[in-house]
Amino acid sequence: MSLNPSPEETPGLRRRFIISSLIVAGIFFVLALRLWYLQILGVDHYRELSERNRIRYLAIEAPRGTIFDRHGTLLVDNRPAFTVSALRQEVDDREQLFQNLGQLLEIEVGQLEERWQAGRGLPGYRAIPLLEDIGRQAMEKVQEHSIDLPGLLVEVKSFRSYPHGEMAAHLFGYLGEVSEDDLRQTEFSSYRSGEMVGKTALERMFEEKLRGSAGQKRIEVNVRGRELRQVTTRNPLPGQRLYLTIDANLQRVAEEALGENAGAVVALDVNNGEVLAFVSLPTFDPALFARGVSSDEWQELIDNPQHPMTNKALRGQYPPGSTFKMAVALAALETDAVKASTKFYCDGRIHLGSREFRCWKKNGHGAVDLHKAIKESCDVWFYRAGLEAGIDRIASVARRLGLGEPTGFPFGGERSGLIPNREWKKKRFGTSWYDGETVNSSIGQGFVLTTPLQLASMTAALANGGTVWRPQIVQKVVNLEGDTDWVLKPEKLTETAWPKESLQAVQKAMESVVNDVGGTAWRSRLEEVRFAGKTGTAQVVRRKSDEEEKAQEGDDISYQYRDHALFVSYAPAKNPQIAVAVVVEHGGHGSSVAAPIARAVYEAYFSEEKNEDVWSPAQQ
Amino acid sequence: MFDRRLITHFNWTYLLLILMISGIGITNLYSATSSWTNAVQPIYLKQFYWLGIGLLIVVLISVFDYRHLKYLSLPMYGGNLLLLILVLVVGRTSMGATRWISLAGINVQPSEIMKIVIIVALASYFSEKEHLRGFSLRELIVPALMLGVPALLIMKQPDLGTALLVLCIGGTMALFAGVRRSAVAFLALSGFAAAFGGWFLLHDYQKQRILTFLNPERDPLGAGYHIIQSKIAVGSGGFSGLGFMKGTQSQLSFLPERHTDFAFSVFAEEWGMTGCLLLLVLYCLVVVWGLHIALRANDRFGMYLAIGVSSMLFWHIVVNLGMVIGLLPVVGVPLPLFSYGGTSMVTTMTGVGVLMNVGMRRFMF
Repeated sequence: MSLNPSPEETPGLRRRFIISSLIVAGIFFVLALRLWYLQILGVDHYRELSERNRIRYLAIEAPRGTIFDRHGTLLVDNRPAFTVSALRQEVDDREQLFQNLGQLLEIEVGQLEERWQAGRGLPGYRAIPLLEDIGRQAMEKVQEHSIDLPGLLVEVKSFRSYPHGEMAAHLFGYLGEVSEDDLRQTEFSSYRSGEMVGKTALERMFEEKLRGSAGQKRIEVNVRGRELRQVTTRNPLPGQRLYLTIDANLQRVAEEALGENAGAVVALDVNNGEVLAFVSLPTFDPALFARGVSSDEWQELIDNPQHPMTNKALRGQYPPGSTFKMAVALAALETDAVKASTKFYCDGRIHLGSREFRCWKKNGHGAVDLHKAIKESCDVWFYRAGLEAGIDRIASVARRLGLGEPTGFPFGGERSGLIPNREWKKKRFGTSWYDGETVNSSIGQGFVLTTPLQLASMTAALANGGTVWRPQIVQKVVNLEGDTDWVLKPEKLTETAWPKESLQAVQKAMESVVNDVGGTAWRSRLEEVRFAGKTGTAQVVRRKSDEEEKAQEGDDISYQYRDHALFVSYAPAKNPQIAVAVVVEHGGHGSSVAAPIARAVYEAYFSEEKNEDVWSPAQQ
Repeated sequence: MFDRRLITHFNWTYLLLILMISGIGITNLYSATSSWTNAVQPIYLKQFYWLGIGLLIVVLISVFDYRHLKYLSLPMYGGNLLLLILVLVVGRTSMGATRWISLAGINVQPSEIMKIVIIVALASYFSEKEHLRGFSLRELIVPALMLGVPALLIMKQPDLGTALLVLCIGGTMALFAGVRRSAVAFLALSGFAAAFGGWFLLHDYQKQRILTFLNPERDPLGAGYHIIQSKIAVGSGGFSGLGFMKGTQSQLSFLPERHTDFAFSVFAEEWGMTGCLLLLVLYCLVVVWGLHIALRANDRFGMYLAIGVSSMLFWHIVVNLGMVIGLLPVVGVPLPLFSYGGTSMVTTMTGVGVLMNVGMRRFMF
């Protein structure tokens, strides 16, 4: 035990205790003083606040930034919507209130009770939304009868509206209420419970610019919840305007051309990567999300076998089929063994060991050079050229054309596709590469996968001489004063100097595909403008034997086993401006299904350009 | 081992004070949560059970001689540090902060245990080291480390409120041990500097709270809501209050957290200045009585223990009340014996048990 003297006997310690007791008492005295200040001096003020006039602070929503196309056509707007909500602390007799409201608007009371129960998890100061988007007439009725409806509140919220309906819905994305979980993240520290936030695509990507900043008003109400006075303490600041690179007219034409099919169309400006049209069908109705999608509606969208919620242009991965042949051609021309004039004899098949690989044309194309091989899409020429080049060279060329990795599209979720090589196969499967797989890859089958956006980007690079641009979707962001806050800067991703003769041979052949008799897309040619392209038909399942094929001609093949139809193209063939890639899921043949869609886009693009020259030459 | 004298020396007055405050607290919880009709078990009843558990803890702690604690202080301190590190590694996250850890199926909050353990550890240190002219800066390095390391770990969770409380408790004990004037001046200055520097280390929500404290109207719907509503509730209580179960603000759910951190504002609205003063006097007595026990303790270890516990109660009371009546920023500190919560009750009662233990053994050698 300690031999120290007891604290009480230590000199000075007693004094220390007395002083500290006095300090403690002093601090408690300060607390008491403060209470006196609040409760005696301030009682009238605070009683007034609490009993007669309750002060309520309401956020004034800032109008969200609107979205326009490249010519200033309004694509995404806002509209006012009236919401009836209940302030919990001011509802004394819920049953009576719901009955009154139900009678007034001729709706079921059970529905109100349901919404009430659903909203009980919200923070105490938040009103529970009972009826959303009720229309002006109903709103006026509620306002008129507010005396019979104590505790109810009519709020004007702004909902997104879409003048062009479902057009480009995948591009815009949708809004949703910020979740209570998100609110705990620092990223959302400036958000209030219940505020709308961009959940996907552009709405999410440009959330910061579109959001604006909320204003605030102070409302004084009496015991019954009636408003006595309203003062705006801070004005809301509207969000900034987005101008897209999209051409609304082109977008509409492309969507209409794709029609009822599932698939994607991407149109790019070949000289800077600006996206002119970006179609993924089927799509969804963004207005559904603007007012809050119901779980039934959501389930229906999710269960749809054609996946309307998936942006197929960005996230759909398809075997490129014959549209891959330009990459194989450029790879073969890099070797000494193959020149543009090199002829291979096509008798409809090649043999590799015990396996047989067939050309799409059973009787063969005869003697074929590069030009004819692309024009008529001879598989055998590419089997041989592919074997000469080898898979690693093919992969290297494909990557230089922008395949096999994300294109760097501004919003996330983009798929990278797949360009296989020896190293990849070793890593993935632990086995070495077979020549048979090179043969398959040479016609864009086997492991090879691409997204429609990558195909468009590749075609643009073929058209402009070898530059892969980062696809851009937003041209500029403009603030309230009309000043440009952000403007697009074209960005080169890779630049390859292809040998002039090689590239020209490929380009000439692509021009032939559309414009010469015997070309696979000859039927889609346009008189006004010569465009160049390449058709593709990608097998979803392995190539069938002759017997199976005979047994399953045409429409008898069930939908999900039908081939994908593809077409990649650019125009004009000389001095190209625009590249268009089309993928029609399970559409059948590229020549008959996909090429006409691209043709429709060109028709619109070039007639529009002509008009523009007439009435607004200054716009260029 | 049980000594009959323990009962005669048991500090009944102090226990009576504790019971009075707890009783008022439970009555207040009854009113504060009376509009919650759908709870499986009423809050006030749960708090009543916690009080029972708390009293059991007091009795259990009183039985053992506190002097044994001295030999346990090092392993206790080391173990608690380990738990605090564990929390950061594997702790359970709720509401954005990681404070809890599961030990043998029981959820414990190591930062809460540290409030008691730091008292025992520092009491043991200061009772061994004595400097007649007071501690100089260099002599304070060891206790500063003992205090600083757990405080930093707690701040990292992040739990600024508890970290500050641990620092306040330790600081108070050091002042009692005696610190030279030059050292006090230096520490005060560097404290100011640290406060400026620390601003940049604070989390956004912590900065928000401090900014909003300085000007609640800055964000009346968000962080400022608590302070504004609490002041309205307290202020409208007036001299005699609106009466039990009659507070409009609390009954109408304008007050957030009215059963935990803001329980006092419910009381203030319903009982007015009169009730508040009574409660303030009771709380003041609890602290001063604790200091009295410290003064008359049998040895220095006991004295420092009693000082530590008293300062723990004092800082909790002052920080919570200061927050509720708008004198201090909102840092989630409960009012001992008044706010609902098992954790707070267990910590408080453990402290009370230690204090009474020291008081009972002042005549025994």
